[in-house]
Amino acid sequence: MVQDMGLDKLIRDHPFFEGMDDEALELIAGCAANERFDAGQYVFREGQPADKFYMVRHGSVALEVRAPGRDSIVLQTCDDGDVMGWSWIVPPFRWKWDARATRLSRLVSFDAICLRGKLDADPALGYAMYKRFVRVIAERLAHARLQMIDLYGIGKE
Amino acid sequence: MTANKSTNQAFVIDADKGLQKLIAVLAAEGYQVVGPRLEDGAIVYAELASSADLPVGVKDKQDGGNYRIVKGREGVYFDYVVGPHSWKRYLFPPEQKICEFRRQGKAFRIVEETPDVPAYAFIGARPCELQAMQIHDRVFDNGEFADPAYLARRDAAFVVAVNCTQAGGTCFCASMNTGPKASGGFDLALTEIAEKSRHVFVVEVGSQRGQEIVAKLKGAAATDGDVSKADALVKKAAAKMGREMVDDVGPLLKRNLESNRWYEISKRCLSCANCTLVCPTCFCNTVEDVTDLTGANAVRNRRWDSCFTMDFSYIHGGSIRREGASRYRQWMTHKLSSWFDQFEQSGCVGCGRCITWCPVGIDITQEARAIRDSEGRA
Amino acid sequence: MNQMAALVDPMVPAPFRIERVKKELSDTFTLDLVPAERKRSISFLPGQFNMLYVFGVGEIPISISGDPGVGDKIVHTTRAVGNVTNAMWKMGVGQTIGVRGPFGTAWPVEEAEGSDVVIVTGGIGLAPLRPAIYQILANRQAYGNVCIMYGARTPEDILFRKELEKWRGQFDMQVDVTVDHATGRWGGKVGVVTKLIGRGGFDPHHTVAFVCGPEVMMRYAVDTLVERGVSEKDIHVSLERNMKCGIGFCGHCQLGGDFVCKDGPVFPFDAVADRFVIQEL
Repeated sequence: MVQDMGLDKLIRDHPFFEGMDDEALELIAGCAANERFDAGQYVFREGQPADKFYMVRHGSVALEVRAPGRDSIVLQTCDDGDVMGWSWIVPPFRWKWDARATRLSRLVSFDAICLRGKLDADPALGYAMYKRFVRVIAERLAHARLQMIDLYGIGKE
Repeated sequence: MTANKSTNQAFVIDADKGLQKLIAVLAAEGYQVVGPRLEDGAIVYAELASSADLPVGVKDKQDGGNYRIVKGREGVYFDYVVGPHSWKRYLFPPEQKICEFRRQGKAFRIVEETPDVPAYAFIGARPCELQAMQIHDRVFDNGEFADPAYLARRDAAFVVAVNCTQAGGTCFCASMNTGPKASGGFDLALTEIAEKSRHVFVVEVGSQRGQEIVAKLKGAAATDGDVSKADALVKKAAAKMGREMVDDVGPLLKRNLESNRWYEISKRCLSCANCTLVCPTCFCNTVEDVTDLTGANAVRNRRWDSCFTMDFSYIHGGSIRREGASRYRQWMTHKLSSWFDQFEQSGCVGCGRCITWCPVGIDITQEARAIRDSEGRA
Repeated sequence: MNQMAALVDPMVPAPFRIERVKKELSDTFTLDLVPAERKRSISFLPGQFNMLYVFGVGEIPISISGDPGVGDKIVHTTRAVGNVTNAMWKMGVGQTIGVRGPFGTAWPVEEAEGSDVVIVTGGIGLAPLRPAIYQILANRQAYGNVCIMYGARTPEDILFRKELEKWRGQFDMQVDVTVDHATGRWGGKVGVVTKLIGRGGFDPHHTVAFVCGPEVMMRYAVDTLVERGVSEKDIHVSLERNMKCGIGFCGHCQLGGDFVCKDGPVFPFDAVADRFVIQEL
């Protein structure tokens, strides 16, 4: 984990952070780090403390559920540009799923322990972050519902 | 039916002898003469051997869900309006064979059907019905595809129209601009003048074929007095329409596709499809491929269908219009609104059959008015 | 009048012989059909469909999935889900199928020249788009970026998988595939197809989109395309209704003022947008 000067710009340009003021961005960039995962490597595991969230720069990370005696079930993949992980803002701050890189993936991680404290102390910042995460959560929920309805089961004859 | 414009020259024929002769001449010309007959308590369209087969001296009383034949003026031929039949059963029969398939080993052979094209002479087509025929002409020749059997039957048919001097209880042609006087679409058009002293038909000629037939009737030239008397009778009928359609009903319905009224109607509507069967313009049909018991032969038939059935909108997985409300909406909006998008004209001619023959008396004019009145209230 | 009667009835099919049957997926297959009686060239536009008749069973509409540049056979890809398609599933080379068509409107492949092309499709919806993809590839230099975004239920349900892989590997073309359900063995994307639209490499202001799949998928795909800035008039959808005659005579496929068989199945979205909203229309 090496601090990267390019991170600041990356965060600034990402649609997720659009509209945030400079001070907040600086603060967030201060909690960010580059991480690299090889294919098959876990980004986090179910039950572990959720002390980070991620942004996928390049690659693909599968959110999976393990089941004994069978292959893991992939709930979704997080791909280029996706923001991944919100267990860090929802008590008890533990990951609900496994996250496994399906190929070489470069992520930006954000230190949630540092962020949580700042968000609590600064409700305006907290609200700005929550608003952004609510969008991610809502989109994820909408997608999950569409996945659930077996869209292609009834198709054109 | 070759031309649509009536010529100026009108004739007068004696009601009894003239009509008798007209039917005889048409039969002699090889036409299969079809016209109104009284059967099972209703005026239907059936083959006529002579004018004696016509219902004389009877009237019809019509209202929502109600039809009765009662005594009319003595000796009068066309004192009633339209019954449950329309001419579509002749031009677009309820069931038509399209072709046959015969099994030959692994393959099959297609045997084309030569369509049955009788030359009909229609006696007593009302102005609203002429409009219905013109509507079907557009449906079955849509610019891209044509139904050759329909076109052949239509082309062969000789149309004797009768202008309405009576308006029925469910009639609303005046507000649909389709009657009660025929403005075209006939070979001959009759107006019955039944007076104590004189019972005649004023005959207008609408085509070359009409001209040729009328020449054989040896009628007298109509006087201006005859023509204006006929016009006056028709005008009187226009003023006595039992029903009236609201203005600009096409855009009105389009604005109200999600009106609560559809659900109100559906509480009464039985989805029985009567309205679509009696409607002279409803053209929806289905194609059925039927195989015989040996499995060696199959027949393709085209049959009248109705948008009130569940199967009508079936796609893999289920029917699109599952609610009665959506099926009624489909029927009424098609007739009065989306028909304009499809064929640049109304699909309703104001004949009132759908009102009369609805077992629960749903009235298309009243429903249109209710939807209009609901605007602004929601 | 006899001259009228002599016209060919558009309701009478022509016999075609099955030349090849290819099993695509567990329930999906492709039939290559050639005229049974006399040689004739076959032309159609991408997006059009034929009415196919199976002796003794019935007739249904099936979109054409072959290459419009190949004029001696017609190719149909379908799922065995109803009476007729299940009967077809059991048919073999040499048997006869009745064909009427081609019917309906086409994907505006030529009008899209000079623009980016985005193809969003799911499930069997790829079949009616394949002719458009062939036509675009045959004239690739006429287009900007070309993106195919394809969603399937599971990795096992990916239609034309070999071709998707080939397209991904050639020319300048973005091919993105996602599935709704997968196990850890699947190395690709998992998620709804609409998610692919969000970050696809196309210029929304100079894009023509072709969308085909289940109606629910199309609704959300159109929403996402519009959110990205693609104009409704540049989005084309292929609709499905009960098409029984294919020629606008039978009334079954009506959708508002349109006969889907004749005025569609391909519509610019702005022409049918309201009909996506009103239920059971």
